[in-house]
Amino acid sequence: MSGERQRLPGEREDESRALATGAPAPDHHRDYLRADSDVRSWLLTTDHKRIGVMFYVVVVISLILGGVFALVLRAELITAGPTLIEADMYNRMFTFHGVTMVWLFMIPSIPNVFGNFALPIMLGAKDLAFPRLNLASFYVYCAGVIVTLGAMIAGGTDTGWTFYTPFSTSTPTAVLPVVTGIFILGISSIMTSINFIVTTHTMRARGMSLRRVPLFVWALYATSIIMLFATPVLGLTIMLVGIDHLYHFGVFDPALGGDPVLFQHLFWFYSHPAVYIMILPAQGVISEVVCTFSHKQPASYMAIAMASLGIAFTGFLTWGHHMFSAGMSELDAGIFGVLSMFVAIFSAIKVFTWVATMHKGSISFKTPMLYFFWFLFLFVFGGMTGVAVATQSLDIHWHDTYFVVAHFHFIMVGGTLTAFLAAAHYWFPKMFGRIYSERMGLLTSAGVFAGFFMTFVPQFLLGNAGMPRRYYTYPERYEWLNVLSSGGAFLLAGALVLTLVNLLVALRWGKRAGSNPWGSRSFEWATPPLPPKHNFPVTPIIDRGPYDYHLTEEEARVRLSSG
Amino acid sequence: MSVYRLAEQFEDLSKQAHAARLGMWFFLGSELLLFGGLFALYTSYRVMYPADFAAATGHNNVVIGTTNTLILLTSSLTVAMSVGAVRADRPRRAAWLLAASALLGAVFLALKGVEYAEHFHEGILPGQGYQFAELPQAGARMFFTLYYLLTGLHAIHVIAGMTVLCWLGWGCLRGRYSAENELYVELGGLYWHLVDIVWIFLWPLLYLAHP
Repeated sequence: MSGERQRLPGEREDESRALATGAPAPDHHRDYLRADSDVRSWLLTTDHKRIGVMFYVVVVISLILGGVFALVLRAELITAGPTLIEADMYNRMFTFHGVTMVWLFMIPSIPNVFGNFALPIMLGAKDLAFPRLNLASFYVYCAGVIVTLGAMIAGGTDTGWTFYTPFSTSTPTAVLPVVTGIFILGISSIMTSINFIVTTHTMRARGMSLRRVPLFVWALYATSIIMLFATPVLGLTIMLVGIDHLYHFGVFDPALGGDPVLFQHLFWFYSHPAVYIMILPAQGVISEVVCTFSHKQPASYMAIAMASLGIAFTGFLTWGHHMFSAGMSELDAGIFGVLSMFVAIFSAIKVFTWVATMHKGSISFKTPMLYFFWFLFLFVFGGMTGVAVATQSLDIHWHDTYFVVAHFHFIMVGGTLTAFLAAAHYWFPKMFGRIYSERMGLLTSAGVFAGFFMTFVPQFLLGNAGMPRRYYTYPERYEWLNVLSSGGAFLLAGALVLTLVNLLVALRWGKRAGSNPWGSRSFEWATPPLPPKHNFPVTPIIDRGPYDYHLTEEEARVRLSSG
Repeated sequence: MSVYRLAEQFEDLSKQAHAARLGMWFFLGSELLLFGGLFALYTSYRVMYPADFAAATGHNNVVIGTTNTLILLTSSLTVAMSVGAVRADRPRRAAWLLAASALLGAVFLALKGVEYAEHFHEGILPGQGYQFAELPQAGARMFFTLYYLLTGLHAIHVIAGMTVLCWLGWGCLRGRYSAENELYVELGGLYWHLVDIVWIFLWPLLYLAHP
């Protein structure tokens, strides 16, 4: 420390204020949204924050589309017989819903939007290691979206999102265009994951040891490892299915000596870890939210960080539990069952650590925190039913019923979507410099939970009573539960629309946010209200952890000096 | 022009070079998994049809297969030499070595084409088109389907690798790479070595593994 006065990251706030009053400011001091405002500067930007915002737009459009498909399905199922669409259309519709939600929305959602935005700032870096690769990954993603949606408009396919052979290689619908779209989306995933991994390894600011890396970054790192090593296998496998429509290779066709179950092995080798691609970033968001709004360091930093890696690792070894009823020896089923339960152990470690973090914390009950409570409840519920279906004896009964549908929606929607919404509210002031209406936020959050609960709890009951999934019609006795479920779906959709409206209103009319409205100690909140293009004028030197709530805000800021 | 420039997001050149190398290695790891899916299929079906696979392996032209292995190994050597040449600040020499490597890649593909033509002539086509009466049907058909998929995917990588090598060679000729700026040549070389290594596993699986 020389006698020279230290420049603190927080000082930049004054410059931003000067900006608001019209005082001229050098270009690199202007916030990232206004640094250059023409369309070209957005479309060709290499700024990770802008790329995150662009992903945000497309991902939300995908969510809306996937939601509309879901509403069509639920509307169809209100009555026991045909209601709204033809059976064939129904099959296409649930495929659209699955493909859109899994590959267009959920896999890129948290990593590409909030990860892109926050990861470099959290590491004290100016940008990701490969900014142009990052931009390319956005356009590759867009290309994938266009091809996939184009294929849907051109007729779509009726296989479900799992593309099980031999049906997927023999159906006359447009399988090849859809899987080509998914293949392209996979390339985008791999690009992003390489960027995140390399950035985490090489771009950490001085003083940021691995023990000071924020938990969200640990979660993204674990996610990226899965994306990097599982996605190529999926890409290859679904392309094998796709090209069968051009020329019958028959790798999975029994008539040509193939084995269709091998497809399932390869498919789930990716698609089960893909579940963790969706849930790990969500857990990362939750770790940040619970610390910030409890104003307390995590009960155990290492437990959460290592559990993330543990989930990523064991996630590769559990795929067989999708094939309990496809013919599997008792020994294999036992091994896959036990390995699957390891994931539950790691998840439980996280759940208990989050709960313990709140103990003796100073909890401020804001919208993201409310989402955390929903997440906790739904994730535990979904996780426990997951342990149940990972047991072969129980799975035989529940396999391919609505029980499984309810189980994975508890994880995917109750977990990932809830965390996505938590993140949308939590980082909103940092991303857009405004504060949303807290009252509307809490209200819509309660609506999302109520709608969700009403949609999927009846589905557990339906599944347990034996209603199979993917069926167009069903016996009358299932009707009242289906009506309840559909009502819940429309309530959920309404609450989500209100959430979006609340955030859009705040974007334009919200109160201006300070640089750290939640009183967080995480590094991204030490930047100005809206970070400038390169986040920090000089790479900061980190002299504390991201959850040092024993320091006052001022002390915490001083210990992030710029060298 | 030929100095390795610092991108604005990095603090210093060594970090930047480290990041680029690390990124390339992770990418190569990802590529291995792409082939891994097909290798897994090969293993499973080999366990399912051991005798048919052995017979079909024996039918493949081991002379062409082995020649191709030697060609790719030589091309890897010339690529490694080109990296050495760039480091010794002799970009023109590196350019010729890279061109030679790409040419060896082309010879590899040509020989592969000769082999494919032979197979087509005998009625050995993948999947539904398989009409080779001499070998037991189910297993041999699957072997050759996988043979085409594995060598086809590998050939795509050979073509991608040749494109990279030509682009790097052109850059060397134009003086874009030098002792101060050799990283891209090194990374392109790594990619070519991957192409080579995959073949080193394909060679025994497709040509040698029979009694």
